[in-house]
Parts: sequence; structure tokens; C-alpha cells
Amino acid sequence: MGYFEMSKLVLKWALTKPPTTRYPFEPRKALAGSRGRLVFTKDNCVYCNVCAKKCPTGALLVNRAQKKWAIDRLRCITCGYCVEVCPKKSLEFSTSHGSPLVTKDREFY
Amino acid sequence: MSRTVIPFGPQHPVLPEPVHLDLVVEDEKVIEARPSIGFIHRGLEKLAETKDYVEFVYVAERICGICSFIHGQTYCQAIETIMDVKVPLRALYLRTVWGELSRIHSHLLWLGLMADGMGFESLFMHSWRVREKILNIIEATTGGRVIFGSCKIGGVRRDMDAETIKHILKEMDVIEQELREVTKVFLNDRSVKARLSGVGVLLKQEAYDLGCVGPTLRGSGVAQDMRKLGYAAFNDIPIEPITRSEGDCYARCAVRCEELFQSVQIIRQALAKIPDGEIAVKVTGNPNGETITRTEQPRGEVVYHLKANGTKNLQRFRVRTPTFANLPAMLKILPGCDLADVPMIVLTIDPCISCTER
Repeated sequence: MGYFEMSKLVLKWALTKPPTTRYPFEPRKALAGSRGRLVFTKDNCVYCNVCAKKCPTGALLVNRAQKKWAIDRLRCITCGYCVEVCPKKSLEFSTSHGSPLVTKDREFY
Repeated sequence: MSRTVIPFGPQHPVLPEPVHLDLVVEDEKVIEARPSIGFIHRGLEKLAETKDYVEFVYVAERICGICSFIHGQTYCQAIETIMDVKVPLRALYLRTVWGELSRIHSHLLWLGLMADGMGFESLFMHSWRVREKILNIIEATTGGRVIFGSCKIGGVRRDMDAETIKHILKEMDVIEQELREVTKVFLNDRSVKARLSGVGVLLKQEAYDLGCVGPTLRGSGVAQDMRKLGYAAFNDIPIEPITRSEGDCYARCAVRCEELFQSVQIIRQALAKIPDGEIAVKVTGNPNGETITRTEQPRGEVVYHLKANGTKNLQRFRVRTPTFANLPAMLKILPGCDLADVPMIVLTIDPCISCTER
């Protein structure tokens, strides 16, 4: 049983730079492979509706007639099922999580 | 001496999740504890009847935020058993690695909460500092910090390349060293020992009779671990359950501390042995049949009962979570303890109420 078991740890970290970052002044560096924000590329999309059909939370909306693709960011759980099933690879994840949302609107593309 | 009823929870500094206990006390001694649960029931079992069985992996993962991966893995294993799917070996190894990473992050989270519960703030922060490194590995390999989303029916979604495996192995050396520094305080420090030793003693026979699982059971000296069943890659990676004979809060804490190193060893072995090949097989058709699957979560054995009737929705989905099995033991050891020891006893069963209430 020891009295000063913590002292080594305390001394070590008293002399080391803190492992925490000063967010928001120092934003967190995104890790490669992180599932951040869902990014839609309009160019190769054929509006097949597969992503909207497979989305477990119903966050996506596709209108083939008007060539519109929409996402409700607050419903999206960034599971990646749409990215997996997209036949034209027009969906992907950016590693950054983006800025916080201020409205509940659907984003149309 | 007159009796008083003191409410404990659902909002309490030591409780990360809501559970309520009515503590009947005589002076400072607890005479009886009456629990009430159900504050965060979300009806996830019923949801299985309306969700596609493939999509339901996402729901299963969200049963609990701390042991999310193993919930998803158990669900996938159950569906794979019903549909008789042969999962590629590489996928099984990857599941094992992520499962053990999730165990380390869960145990470190618990150690932090435990230190916080006994007022050892600096130790709490050091536990979570090490946990952050594990979370970074998880995020880099699966894409999510807490909800991994990397397990799917028939395999896994993401692969690890040789560079990543090398990086993880290198990180494991650093993490193991840091875990030694932190767990040394939990295991040897005089104040921690004084706070935990002899508190909430659960005898071996009592633990067995009350149907305890996981570290609560192993802390009382029963060597039971579902990883011995050989699911995922545990057929190739031998493990020995870690046990302590004392049965008190200190023993349960020590079991979790030692399991951290066991998990590090399992990750090292799995990554050294990982075979090349496919990471998933295509699954077609709908499940038809019934199965029971058991796996070892950070908190103990979880039991999944699935019943499918050949449609895309499951007919019945039932989960017996480890905390539910450990609650009777907690109620058994609370009577007779000091009121000040109640937070420690409640914490040492590692209550995960989201799992329990689903």
C-alpha cells in the first residue's frame, strides 16, 4: 500500500504540455477516415432514390423530376449506409464535422 | 430508531444515467433499497417489428453508447446464425479488435467515473486522458468515436491496412505504459484502498445464485467469461477469465483494471494473427428461424433472443443486458452498508441503464 502513488503521475504532467486543446480557439484536427459531414456531388447523381430508400432515419429526400437532392442534417446519423449503396458514388463523408447547425431546415442541392 | 427514506437518483452526481433508489435508512445504515427503473425506455425491441433487419444493426448499436459495438456485433452474429452465413475470418478478427478496443474504452470510462465518485478528480481526468487515445484509434479505423457503425450482417464495413495495424500496435505500447501508471494508483493507493476495501462484499455463492455476470461475478471469484465460448476470433485467441476472491468493491475495481491489460494483449494477438482476405460476404434473402446468442460485453454477458419469420422484419427481438442481471446483486449488498458507501456500491456493478431499459 502506498502513500504517494499519484505523485509520479502528477509530477510528470505538471511538467508536460496539457493534452487538451483550447477549443474553439484551437479547432480539433480531423482524423483521416472519420465519418464527418455527408457531402453530395451533383455531377454524377442520377436521382435513383436508392439512398433515400435505404436511409434508416429517413433523412434524405430525392426528387427525380426536379433533379433535387435534400438532406435533413438533424436526422442524419452519419451511419454511411447511403454512401455504401450509392451506385454512382456521388455521396461521401468529409472528415470534418462542420459547423453546428442553427436551423432545422432541409438542405437542397 | 425511526426509519427515514432517502431518495437516490435519478439525478445524482455519481450516476451517468438515471436510476432511482429509495433507500430506507436507520441512522446512517441502509436497511432496504427499493429500485425503480424505466426513465429512459425507448421501445427499441418493438422497433424491430417495423425496421428492416439489415437496418436494425444501427438500432442495435444505439441500445447503449458505451458498449455499442458489441451490441451491433451480437445482433449480426444472431442474424448470421439464423441465416447460416459464413463470415470471413478477417472480419471476425477485426470484430475482435474493435470489441476489445470498446472494452478498454468502457473500462477506462468506468475507472474515471469511479475516481470521480470517490472524489479523486485528478485520477478521473488521467483515466479519461488515456481513454481519448483509444477513442482516436476507434475514430481513425471505424469513422465514429462512440457509435462505430462498422459491423454489418455478413462481415464488417471497413478494413485496416498494414500501415494502420502497425500504427495501432505502436500506440498499444504507449497506451499500455500509461494504463500501468493509472491502474497502479487504483490498485495500490492508500486512499483508494481505504475507500473500497471491505465495502459491499458479495460472496461467491451469492453472486452465483443471484445470476451475476461479468466483472461483478468475476470479482467474487467465479471464473465465467463468454469469450470462452469462442465467438468471433476467440477460438484462436485463448483467454483466461480474470478473477478476484474478495468480492468487495476493490476486487471489482481490480478485475476491471487487470482486464484492460488482457484486452491489450488480445488486440496484439489478433493483429499479429489477422489473416488476409475478404471482409464481408453478400447476404441475400430474409431470415427465418429463432436463435439465442451470447457475447461478453464490458459489463458482462449479454443475451440476444431473435425470432424471424421469413419477412424482412423480425418477429421478436429480446435483449437480456448485463446490468439487468447485476441489479439483484446490488440490491442484495446495499442493506447493511453505510449511506456514504451507496454511491460506490452502485458504481461498482457499472450500471448501464440505457442497455437495461432499451
